Amino acid sequence: MSKPEGNPSVASLNDLLAVAYRIEIDAVERYNMLADQMETHNNPDLVKVFRDLARAEGIHGEEIRRLAGDFDVVAHARKIARFERGDSPEEADLTSAHYMMTPWHALQLSLSGEQRALGYFTSIVETAKDPKVKTMAAELVEEETEHVKLVHRLLKRYPEPSANWAEDLDPPSSQE
Amino acid sequence: MAALPSISIAVIGSGGAGALTTGDCLLEAASAAGWHGLFTRTLGPQIRGGEAAGLLRVAVHPVESLPDQFDLLIGIDWLNAHRFGAEIKVGPQTLVISDPRGGEPPPMVTQNGCRVVEVPMKDMAKAIPEGRPNMIALGIASRLMGFTTEQVFVPIEKRLAEKGAAAVEASLAGIKAGFDAAADIEFDKQLAKPVLSSARRWLLSGNEAAALGALRGGIRFAAAYPITPATEILEWLAPNLAKIGGTLLQAEDELAAINMIIGSSYGGTPALTATSGPGLSLMIEALGLATSAEIPVVVVDVMRGGPSTGIPTKSEQGDLNIAIFGLHGDAPHLVLAPQSVGDCLFTTQWATYLAETLQTPAIVLSDQFMGQSRAALERPADVAFIGARAIATEISGVYKRHALTANGVSPMAIPGTRGGQYTADGLTHSERGTPTSGADDHLAQLDKRRDKLDRFNFGDHWASIEGAGDLAIITWGSLTGAAREAAGRAGTDGIDARVVAPRLLAPARPEQMAAALEGVKRVLVVEQTHGGQFHKYLRAHYDLPAPVRVFHRPGPLPITAGEIHRAIVEWR
Amino acid sequence: MNIAVTPPAYTPADYKSDVKPIWCPGCGDYHVLMSFTRAFAQLGLTPEEVVVVSGIGCSSRIPAYTNCYGFHGVHGRSLALAAGLKVTRPDLTVVVASGDGDGYSIGGNHFLHACRRNVDMTYVVMDNHIYGMTKGQPSPTTEPEFDTALTPGGTKVQPFHPLVVALASGANFIARCYSGDANETADVLAAAIKHPGFSFVEILSPCVTFRPDEKAWKDLVRPAPIAATDDQGKAARRLMTDDGFNVGILYRGNRLPFQPAAGAIDIDLSVLEKDFEL
Repeated sequence: MSKPEGNPSVASLNDLLAVAYRIEIDAVERYNMLADQMETHNNPDLVKVFRDLARAEGIHGEEIRRLAGDFDVVAHARKIARFERGDSPEEADLTSAHYMMTPWHALQLSLSGEQRALGYFTSIVETAKDPKVKTMAAELVEEETEHVKLVHRLLKRYPEPSANWAEDLDPPSSQE
Repeated sequence: MAALPSISIAVIGSGGAGALTTGDCLLEAASAAGWHGLFTRTLGPQIRGGEAAGLLRVAVHPVESLPDQFDLLIGIDWLNAHRFGAEIKVGPQTLVISDPRGGEPPPMVTQNGCRVVEVPMKDMAKAIPEGRPNMIALGIASRLMGFTTEQVFVPIEKRLAEKGAAAVEASLAGIKAGFDAAADIEFDKQLAKPVLSSARRWLLSGNEAAALGALRGGIRFAAAYPITPATEILEWLAPNLAKIGGTLLQAEDELAAINMIIGSSYGGTPALTATSGPGLSLMIEALGLATSAEIPVVVVDVMRGGPSTGIPTKSEQGDLNIAIFGLHGDAPHLVLAPQSVGDCLFTTQWATYLAETLQTPAIVLSDQFMGQSRAALERPADVAFIGARAIATEISGVYKRHALTANGVSPMAIPGTRGGQYTADGLTHSERGTPTSGADDHLAQLDKRRDKLDRFNFGDHWASIEGAGDLAIITWGSLTGAAREAAGRAGTDGIDARVVAPRLLAPARPEQMAAALEGVKRVLVVEQTHGGQFHKYLRAHYDLPAPVRVFHRPGPLPITAGEIHRAIVEWR
Repeated sequence: MNIAVTPPAYTPADYKSDVKPIWCPGCGDYHVLMSFTRAFAQLGLTPEEVVVVSGIGCSSRIPAYTNCYGFHGVHGRSLALAAGLKVTRPDLTVVVASGDGDGYSIGGNHFLHACRRNVDMTYVVMDNHIYGMTKGQPSPTTEPEFDTALTPGGTKVQPFHPLVVALASGANFIARCYSGDANETADVLAAAIKHPGFSFVEILSPCVTFRPDEKAWKDLVRPAPIAATDDQGKAARRLMTDDGFNVGILYRGNRLPFQPAAGAIDIDLSVLEKDFEL
């Protein structure tokens, strides 16, 4: 068991917005990193998938900025150094990447991220004292539920890969 | 009594007799009086108490080689002295002072027609409270060589001052006793008067000279792993670097030492280490790294008998191959070689300057003979060669660490400089410094590193060239002095010989060598190796006029002027 | 360790270069890179005043992926190179990156002496219990029964215990991290950099290509059950009984960091020449 769920203190609405924004931009960073890795490792289909995912998360981030109105959610998000234990709920786990991964894998990765975010905001709805926080959290729960649905829909387009999806007949190469 | 330009003396003793102190004091006395001198030690394998001989040559001119034969040999005792038979050349011209209670004189004394005079040094010493036979010997030697007792008192007082007045008194008494006893000994050789000048007089070893030269050239960091016969360089640097704000770090092995100096240099502090053959072998990989990453470092290799562990206490010139050719891949770099004790200072300083200017490693091939001999000479002049690395300061845009420039040298960003961030690498790299396996980049960088050396104007210091004549003696390192002496003698025999001794061994200087050999019809190569490494190197890089003869012999015995002279004469 | 007096606000992105890593997707080292950049940002280090020194191996590729100064040297010698650098440039923050092969095998001797010497620097070893770059030979931390082409049936040789060796040799800060916990790792790295003297951080960083079994590490690592100690005896007992999966700061010593002999500066070289004058 590597890390229990944790979260930064979400005492106010602004905190929640900052956290939500932070979750999105961390996801953008992760998906772009994965897209870069796929580019270096000659998996163009996955480059597209991850760039699309990064773009989508970026749009979500913009939505949160809009919701935030005048509050400088970007600066506030930067101050949240990180989550208490473990990474941001929605961050994709880099170690489940593979140079021959298929879009199905990428979407599974995205799905688990969205589900974790959903769970996170749900727990805030349950535990928040501030009604404004509760309301906003509920909105975010709805957003994330949509995202989860979307990923499921996308998954329908891609079949589960066959058992030998990672088969590479060439041996590894030693660079040094 | 003929006034001779030089006189030589060997003092042998064992088991703590202090033969070396005797010789060393004579060197100091000679120097104070205005003569030049060279003092070398040769030892048995024991760590203490072994047989030892001090070999001294004093002259009116700078001394860079040992004599063909010693004029005076004092045996404080003869225990195991036969071990020095091959090395200490004596003959009918040699006066031997022997203690009848010092054991059997060795064959070198009894079978070479030497004139032997017995002096009971042990007994004379016993007659003096705390007396020591080596002080008696010192007194005898002083008289025969033409010093006054006062002149030899000075170095003794210096050495024994901390042992107390009684020790000093006893030594002075011993010197006087020996001096008086020598009044009756016939010795028809006398040193010509010294040529006095206002120049300051120094006494130092080649190792000390190299260390000071490094500091003059700008070295401010040294990494140290001890090895015979180089350790003295590092031990001199330890306190003296600290005095001028530099640092010496002791390393756990030579692999660490060479990498430490690369790290220091990368951070902007010129750095050096000193070692011998076995250590240089360990450093080869990292020298390749410094060459590829274009990081200046200086490695002084005080050559000793090889191969492998070899003869650690003796001199040889067998590291030429590994110094020039030892790096894997094509990795041209600098290799230099001093030619005398005093030249150890200039050459190490110049090597530092060149390494910093050309951003490449410099190996300085000294040897045990120069490294551990002490010379009395004039203070070496200050020269303008101080390391001046091309540094990148105002950096805008993408910084190219290995930018292709006209002279092949790329300004180096020192850590801390904004915008200059780069990763130094041993992997083949582009101009920017990032790894590449592409043909164009590899070729461009290889060309750059070769051309920056080949195109550099090294000036006249690349070699010392003396004399004219159609016979050229091509030699290097510590043999240069003996070669010059031989050429001088050949001149009086009517043979005109010039001596060409490269100080810069790599990169090769074809144009300059051709100019140096203008008019030469015969070449005699002289070197102290078994395999003729220097000759093969010359043939690899230079056009030599034919015919070529090679006089090469491995250590441990030095090659004397007499032997070279004989080789010249035999080739009439 | 270096912290600017009034640090400008740097984000982790400021410490990343535009060079794309060659690490296999799924490699733990991607997380380590994130931890590096987060730690540097936490400390507000000026990128050009940080030097990342490495040797040879997958982990050793990391310097070029940062926006700091870097040195990708020869195999196993990064600690020596870093010592020469830091001793002459105490103003810089020096981080040494290595792997279990580069650091514990060929680099083993320098590891001992770096701990002894206690120069102020941070040594990060990305341990994946295998030689990855050369395609899967055992390293000094590989399990004895792990089968490889070079050692069919396993090495049958006891693995090395680097944390114990570090303690015995004088390291002033000893920690273990799991790369997957990038934030925790970043915190430990920041603490290691801040701590004076030689700080040693082992990061378990799974090799996706040659040790796919190491995916299980995620569930094997646990926070160390007791707090960091500065008692060498306590630390020794704990480390000797450690199973290799306790993460956290395990030892924080109080040794003074190495200081070279301070001398006067601006002395004319002619002062040194007195040694040789008659």
